[in-house]
Amino acid sequence: MTIAVIARNTFKEAVRDRVLYLLLFFAALAIVLSRVLALLTVGDRAKVVKDVGLASISLFGALMAILIGTGLVYKEIDKRTIFTLISKPIRRSEFLLGKYFGLLLTLAVMTAAMSAIFLVLVFAHTLAWEFRLLIPILFIFLELGLLTAVAILFSSFSTPILSSLYALSFFLIGHFSWSLETLIQKTPPGWGRTALRAVYAVLPDLENFNLKTEFVHGLTVPSSFYVYAPLYALVYTGFVLALAVLVFRRRDFI
Amino acid sequence: MADILELRDVRKAFRQGFLLRSREVLKGISFSVGEGEIFGYLGPNGAGKTSTIKCVLGLLFPDGGTIRIGGRPHLETRAKAGLGFLPENPYFYDYLTAAEFLDFYAQLFGLPKSERRERAARLLGLVGMEKAAGLQLRKFSRGMLQRIGLAQALVNDPSFLILDEPLGGLDPLGRKEIRDIILTLKEDGKTVLFTSHILQDIEMICDRVAILIGGRIHRQGRLADLVSENILFTELTVSGIDPAEVAGLGRSLSAQGGRILLKVFDDVGLESVLDLVRERKGTIHALIPRVQTLEDIFVEAVKNP
Ligand SMILES: Nc1ncnc2c1ncn2[C@@H]1O[C@H](COP(=O)(O)OP(=O)(O)O)[C@@H](O)[C@H]1O
Ligand SMILES: [Mg+2]
Repeated sequence: MTIAVIARNTFKEAVRDRVLYLLLFFAALAIVLSRVLALLTVGDRAKVVKDVGLASISLFGALMAILIGTGLVYKEIDKRTIFTLISKPIRRSEFLLGKYFGLLLTLAVMTAAMSAIFLVLVFAHTLAWEFRLLIPILFIFLELGLLTAVAILFSSFSTPILSSLYALSFFLIGHFSWSLETLIQKTPPGWGRTALRAVYAVLPDLENFNLKTEFVHGLTVPSSFYVYAPLYALVYTGFVLALAVLVFRRRDFI
Repeated sequence: MADILELRDVRKAFRQGFLLRSREVLKGISFSVGEGEIFGYLGPNGAGKTSTIKCVLGLLFPDGGTIRIGGRPHLETRAKAGLGFLPENPYFYDYLTAAEFLDFYAQLFGLPKSERRERAARLLGLVGMEKAAGLQLRKFSRGMLQRIGLAQALVNDPSFLILDEPLGGLDPLGRKEIRDIILTLKEDGKTVLFTSHILQDIEMICDRVAILIGGRIHRQGRLADLVSENILFTELTVSGIDPAEVAGLGRSLSAQGGRILLKVFDDVGLESVLDLVRERKGTIHALIPRVQTLEDIFVEAVKNP
């Protein structure tokens, strides 16, 4: 209950953030520019539009989650609005989860807006409403949920600038960690290989949520993916949020 | 009288600087606030008043000691159910209007919508802000923020209020208004703990006080016990006599336009001055005995900690 009240207030606050609209503007610009790019290509122009569009939604969604997520908790402490909140019968975990779900709601609205622009542009190319493209966007949203948790974890103990850097690193590592697999194959069995495997297991693998290629090029997606990826998102997000609560519960507000 | 708040030997150190050197700001604070009283937690800037309050509210974790609110350990959420808090230099969500702001806090206590609306209206009336209900907090002046902050602290109809520098940054009129509200709260049976670094016109409303200096409680008790009834000195304004004649009887503060302002320290001196004035057919314009005030104790304590 308390979580919902705080989430609603967070949403009210986040939708007033100018950064959000700046990012939305650039996302829209990128999606629309994909049309220009398509005109310059020979071959399947619709594919270019879909490719660039989905990539833009993923990138700008991630930037929204990180740039706003890392400021939310910090601002409450910096402006001391958290003092009155914590003096009410509220648990610190409820505060943090309220912030999380409030931002998630904001991101849902933003993702919906970007998707609308995207679908209209695709329609302009193919003259068909390709609603199945919403499926990869749903998976992008799972990734945003995880990124938001990560942003809030870092911001529960660090400044917005540092937190943004950490969260951005998480995003980048998450998208390139799969290349470790190639490295593992090339490493001779032994300590080095075991160590690499351990690192690979701990690092996030955000490519788990990437269905872009499959849907743009009409490839089949193994059905196990639809179970495995959401589960992975749920467990990882839950773990990160639990960690954030743990850090946040014992800190002084000075 | 049951204790609403009890602190026992509370200690807190901050680590600061590059070497993270630890500096103790609360050096074993013990005091208790009884039901229905107005308790003044007084001390100069930097004494540790806000730090103490933050420990009570669970914003800071003390390094040692115990705190109980209404008999419960202070970190229990239930201990805070009957509590209201106004922070120092209040800053609130400035994108909300006054009415939305109160509604948000009322929601945290799970009040139904009709009751929230009724309560917000009543509180806005109490702090004299009915007209600002639809105004965004970013447009509020300092005094308005202080008032809406007080309304926020009262949203759950708490039995115990903690006000950190409630008169800070207010003009004399604003100070009087807030002071009157605090007295009203006491009449309603509420307990009030407030901090202040200025004593002027607030000491009168405290039932008990604690004076905090450098992280230690210097003195505490009932106001009447701390302040003696003894007359410290008498201030006299007389005319019609020669300043040189009274020079030995007291300290002459000023002599302008034939009027002499004189500070006399004992009864013998006072009698002599009065005799002299009668003898010379002079006039007594004012005779003001000054008793000790809390401010005197405060100033003295700060000078000789
Ligand atoms: N976050 C902090 N880090 C280090 N020292 C602090 C911090 N906050 C307060 N202090 C110090 O603790 C002392 C008490 O501060 P405070 O409780 O705010 O005093 P008061 O409210 O009585 O003016 C001051 O000397 C202040 O400099
Ligand atoms: Mg203070």
